[in-house]
Amino acid sequence: MGFESLRRSLLAGERVVMFTRADGAGLGARMLVWPDGRAEGALGEANLDQEALTLATAETLPATGLRAIEGVEVFVETFEPLPQLFIVGAVHVAVHLVHFARRLGFRAVVVDARSAFATAERFPHADELVVEWPADYLARVPLHANTYCVFLTHDEKLDNPALQVVLEAGVRYVGALGSSRTHAKRVAALREAGLADELIDGIHAPIGLDLGGRKPEEIAMAIAAELVAVRNGRQAAGKR
Amino acid sequence: MLDILPDVDRWRADGQRVAVATVIRTVGSSPRPLGSKMAVSDAGSIAGSVSGGCIEGAVIEEAQSVLEDGLPKRLSYGISDEQAWSVGLTCGGEVEVLVERIDG
Repeated sequence: MGFESLRRSLLAGERVVMFTRADGAGLGARMLVWPDGRAEGALGEANLDQEALTLATAETLPATGLRAIEGVEVFVETFEPLPQLFIVGAVHVAVHLVHFARRLGFRAVVVDARSAFATAERFPHADELVVEWPADYLARVPLHANTYCVFLTHDEKLDNPALQVVLEAGVRYVGALGSSRTHAKRVAALREAGLADELIDGIHAPIGLDLGGRKPEEIAMAIAAELVAVRNGRQAAGKR
Repeated sequence: MLDILPDVDRWRADGQRVAVATVIRTVGSSPRPLGSKMAVSDAGSIAGSVSGGCIEGAVIEEAQSVLEDGLPKRLSYGISDEQAWSVGLTCGGEVEVLVERIDG
């Protein structure tokens, strides 16, 4: 059923569309199509295969669901790469946040320049652990509309330059930990650095949904809940 | 799919045969979105889900023959279904599931 190819693609974070015939005659016949036009398998009729190719290489990929293609019922499944979450600050809250985020279907990357915090021992569960200045790292990785960034360092030297990078890149979500006083200071510093107010306003601060918790795991859950709300369109992305 | 992959990989590495059930159609309120998957192995292990727990038992049963003969099946469950009394959806919706064996 093209399982191995699908498996490889999903693990590599590739976009792929899978077509499966759901009608009596060809039940289970399958074709995988990648947006670059590569294809594997067949639906059993040339015009069906051609239409599948067209659908899967269009600018807007088809939504997951049953669809009549050339009069035949086909289940179309679009697999998107996982949303990626960059956690700046290998702090205690981050240890819990990685757990929640991965369980919720995010690829979780932890970044911190402080090698004492950013250890494999503390973050065996992170998809990636990066010991580097966050601003340098974030400036060289692809940031896109499916990218979420959380700032937890409590250290403006680490947070602020990196915040600037992700705000200018226009990611889906930016949240920063800290009291309203800390945040006011942060806003002043970002303004000083020349960042536009509209971008600064996009920071979710105070971070997380208000669950009333203060323990690291409770704060992590409040942040995770906010990520889910934004992913589901329940909060305007980039606005509390 | 990614949620069931670690289990499926482990079972297949153990030499078990595996079938995958996918939610392909829902009507009304349904507990799991389109594309949700449940994997079933011939050793009786399961991973993932296709409903809130109301039809899993029936799907697992149907999956046994798919594991046996490799022929895919399309199954419907819901209030309009004759099986409603035994495996009807508590939420009152309808769901269709495609079950197939992983062969390659």
